Amino acid sequence: MTLIHLAIFLPVIAAVAIAIIYRYVKDVHLGWFVLPIPAVIAAYLFSLIPSVADNQVFHHTLNLMPRIGLNFDVYIDGLGLLFAILISGIGSLVVLYSIGYLSKDERLGNFYVYLLIFMTAMLGVVLSDNVLMLYFFWELTSISSFLLIAFWFTKDKSVYGAQKSMLITFFGGFMMLGGFIILSIITGSFSIREMIANVDLITASPLAPLAVVLILLGAFTKSAQFPFYIWLPDAMEAPTPVSAYLHSATMVKAGLYLVARFTPVFAFSELWVWLILVTGLVTLFWGSFNAVKKDDLKAVLAFSTVSQLGMIMSLLGVGALAVASGANEQLFTVAVVAAVFHIINHATFKGALFMVAGILDHETGTRSIRKLGGLMTLMPITFTMTIITSLSMAGLPPFNGFLSKELFLEAMFEISQANFSALAEWSVLFPILAIAGSIFTFVYSIKLIHGVFFGKRTHDTPKEPHEAPALLLASPIILSSLVIIFGLFPNILSGSIIDPAAMSILASDTALNTKISHWHGFNNPALWATVAVVVIGAALYLFRNSWMFIYDYHKEQFTLNYLYDQGLIYSELGSAKATDGIMTGFLREYMVYIFGFFVVIGVITTFYAGLPIVFDNFAEVGLQDMALVIIMLVSLAIIMMTRSRMVSIIMLGAIGFSMALFFAFFRAPDLALTQLAIETVTTTLFLVCFYHLPKRSKHEESMQFKFINFIVSVGVGVIVILFGLAAYSNRLFDSISQYHIDNVYELAAGGNMVNVILVDFRGYDTLMETLVFGIAGIGIYALMKAKVSRKDDDNEEHA
Amino acid sequence: MELVTIILSGILIASATYLILSKSVLRIIIGLSILSHGVHLMILTMGQLKRGNVPVLDDSVSSYSDPLPQALILTAIVISFALTAYSLVLLLRNYKELGTDNTEDMKGVPHGD
Repeated sequence: MTLIHLAIFLPVIAAVAIAIIYRYVKDVHLGWFVLPIPAVIAAYLFSLIPSVADNQVFHHTLNLMPRIGLNFDVYIDGLGLLFAILISGIGSLVVLYSIGYLSKDERLGNFYVYLLIFMTAMLGVVLSDNVLMLYFFWELTSISSFLLIAFWFTKDKSVYGAQKSMLITFFGGFMMLGGFIILSIITGSFSIREMIANVDLITASPLAPLAVVLILLGAFTKSAQFPFYIWLPDAMEAPTPVSAYLHSATMVKAGLYLVARFTPVFAFSELWVWLILVTGLVTLFWGSFNAVKKDDLKAVLAFSTVSQLGMIMSLLGVGALAVASGANEQLFTVAVVAAVFHIINHATFKGALFMVAGILDHETGTRSIRKLGGLMTLMPITFTMTIITSLSMAGLPPFNGFLSKELFLEAMFEISQANFSALAEWSVLFPILAIAGSIFTFVYSIKLIHGVFFGKRTHDTPKEPHEAPALLLASPIILSSLVIIFGLFPNILSGSIIDPAAMSILASDTALNTKISHWHGFNNPALWATVAVVVIGAALYLFRNSWMFIYDYHKEQFTLNYLYDQGLIYSELGSAKATDGIMTGFLREYMVYIFGFFVVIGVITTFYAGLPIVFDNFAEVGLQDMALVIIMLVSLAIIMMTRSRMVSIIMLGAIGFSMALFFAFFRAPDLALTQLAIETVTTTLFLVCFYHLPKRSKHEESMQFKFINFIVSVGVGVIVILFGLAAYSNRLFDSISQYHIDNVYELAAGGNMVNVILVDFRGYDTLMETLVFGIAGIGIYALMKAKVSRKDDDNEEHA
Repeated sequence: MELVTIILSGILIASATYLILSKSVLRIIIGLSILSHGVHLMILTMGQLKRGNVPVLDDSVSSYSDPLPQALILTAIVISFALTAYSLVLLLRNYKELGTDNTEDMKGVPHGD
C-alpha cells in the first residue's frame, strides 16, 4: 500500500464519509465536501509530472492474490499520468459545476457516491499494470456509469439509456477479458509490461488475431466507436455534469487508453492497424454527419464526441504504424503526438461545451436548438465560452483544436507513404474521409453558435433566459481558458505531458522533443485542407436548407438503434418461444425428453464403445421358469390393453406374485417372503385407492396408442437389454460375497446370510430404509389428515 | 436362464416406460411398480442365477448363491413399496382436490389472476 494506491482508493473511501455527511449535514451543499477529494488527487498527480517528464516511471505492487497473478500493480508512466490528471482535474471541475447545477432537493448522496466510485474505477483503469485489475476497474466504470445515467430513475428514457449502455459496454468488457486471458496464456503473465517485453511470443502466436479482435471489441464499445456508438446519445439522459465528465472527458476515453496502452503489444498486427484506422475514420465521419441533423444540444454534443473519439482512434491507428516500422519513424510519431494532444484538447473543449449546454438548459429550461436563439446579449459569458470551445472543436486557429486537427490531417496525408500491407493503395480514401468528417464537424460547430446565440430571440423557452450564476460559470471558464492557453502556448504541454505519453505509446526511450507550432508553411497540405474545410463548411451551413433533405432518406428502419431495439425485442421473443416450446407443462412430454435422452445416449455409447456380448455362462432354463415368464408377459399384455383399471390392478398383482415365485426359484427365500407380503399390501392399497375414485371418472378409457411413446419405450427396453447383457458378459472380478459367506458365523454369529448382511454387515442401509418407511408413513398420514385446500386459500386472499 | 431374465426385465422396463408416458396417474403408478420389478430382476440376474444353495449356513453345503444382491433387493423392495404407497395416497388426495387423474388436466391456474 503506497501513496498512489491510497490516491486511487481515496474517492471510494471518501464515499463512505460522504454518505454519512449527507445524512447529517443538510445546510451545506454536499458537493463542497466532495470537491477537495479530486483536487487533492490532482495536486498529488501534478507533483509527479517533473519526474515522469524525466523518463522516470513508478511501479508499485500490492499483492492481492499472488498465486493466480492477481496483484494490484500500479504503473505510472506518461500515458497513465496524462489520463489520471484528466480524470482528477476535470473531476474537480465537474464537482464544482455540479454544486451549482444540482439543487439540494436532488438525491445528492447517491450522486456523489456514484461519482466517487467512478473516479476510483477510472483511476484504477489508467494506472493498473495488471490486466485483471484493469478489467475489474473497467467493469466498475461501467457499473457506476450505469448508475449515473439512471440517476433520475423515474424517467423511462433514463432507464432505457442506462440499460442500453450497460448491455453494450458489458458485452465489450467481457470480450476484452477474453482477450486479456488469451494474452496471459501466450505470455504467462497478467502484467502489461511483461506482455510488452514478450512481444515476440505474441507475434508468433496463432491466437494473437483473436486477442486483437476481443480487446478491440472492449475498446470500441467503451469508446463508442462504429457501430457501438449507439449507447452514447442515449446516455445523455444523465445529469449534465455526468455527461460532461463520463461521456466526454473520461470514460469514453478508456477505450482510447486501452488501444494506446496495447499499441506496443499489437502494432505488428495488420488486423490491429486496419481495424483501428478504418473504424476510427468511419466513426469520425458518421458521428459528425449525424451530429448535424440533431436538434437537442446534448445529442449534437454526443455525436460530436463519437466523431472526435473516432478521430483519435484513427490517429492511434497511424501511430501503430510508427511502432510497427520502428519507433523513430518521424512521419508517424506525429500521429501519436496528435492523438495525445487531441485527447487533452477534446477533454477541455468538450467538457466546457457540455457544461455550457447544461447552463443553457438550466437557465432557459430547454435544450432544443430550435427553441433557442438570440441569446448573445442575454448570456454574454456563456456566449463567449461557446465561441471559444466550438471554434476549437471545429479546428480553427488560434484555439487548441486547430493544432491537433492540423496534425491529424497531416497524419492522414502522410499515410500514403506507409510501407504496410495494402495501406498505400487505399491511402487516398483516408484524407477524403477525414476532410469530409471535418467539414461536418465545422457545420455543426457553427450551428451550435449560430442557432443558439444569433438570430431572432425566440420566446418559446420555458424560463426567461438570463446569465448563469458564478458557480455554474466557474468550471467552463477555467476549461475555456485552458482551450486558449493550450492553443497559444502548446509547448507547455508538449515537453511535460505529451512527450512522455507518446513515448509510452511508442514504447521508446528516445526523447521526442516535439514542437507544436501554428504555422507549417504554405506547402503543407494540411493547411489547404483546413482552408477547404472552412470554405466548404461555411457554404454548406449557409445553404443548409437546400441539402438537409438528405437526412430524410436516413429512415428510422435503417438506423443502428432500430436494429438494436429490434434485436432486443426479438431475442426476448425468441427465448420466450423456445421456452414455451420446450416447457409445455405436460408431464408426459418431459418424461419423453428424459427417456429419449437416455435412449440417445445409450445408442451413442453403443455405437462408439461397442457392446461385447458373450452368449455363454448362462444357467439352464427350467420348465416352471418359462411358465412364469409367460404368466408375466400375458399379465403385462393385459395391463397394456385393458380398459378397466380393476383388471390392470389385478394383473399388476399377478406380476408381483410371479416375481415372488421367481425369487423362490432363484434361491432367495427372504426375498420371496417379503415380495409376497408387500405385493399383497400393495394390491390392497391399489384397491383401496380404486374404491375411492370419484364416480364421474368411472368412464374408464383404454390407453390411446401413441407412436412416439411406443418408439421411446421400445428404445428404452432395447437399451436396457443390451446393457444388461453386456454387463453380464463382462464380469471383471469375482463377487465380494465370499467374504460374507465365510464370515457370517465367525464374525456375526448368524446363519442367514441375507439377514446378517442387512442388520450386521450393512446395517446402515437398513437403518435408513426404515427411516424412508417412517417418513412415507408420516407423509401419508399428513396427506390424509391435512384439511387445507388451495382453493379456499385463494378465496380468502381475494375476499 | 440369465438371458431370459435380462430380456424379461427389458420388456418389463419398456412396458413400464410406456405406462409412465400415459396420461392417467394410476397408470403411471402401475408403471413405477412394474419398473421396480424389472430393476429388481436385473439386480438379481447380475449376481448370477441358480448357482449354489439358498444362502443360509449349512455345514453340508459348500456353494451358496450370492447373498449380496438379495440384501440389496430386499432394501429396494421396501423403499419402492414406501414410494408406491405414498404416491397412491397422493393420487387419492389429488382426486379429492382436483377431481381428475389426467395429468394433462393438471395445468393449474397461473399465479396472479
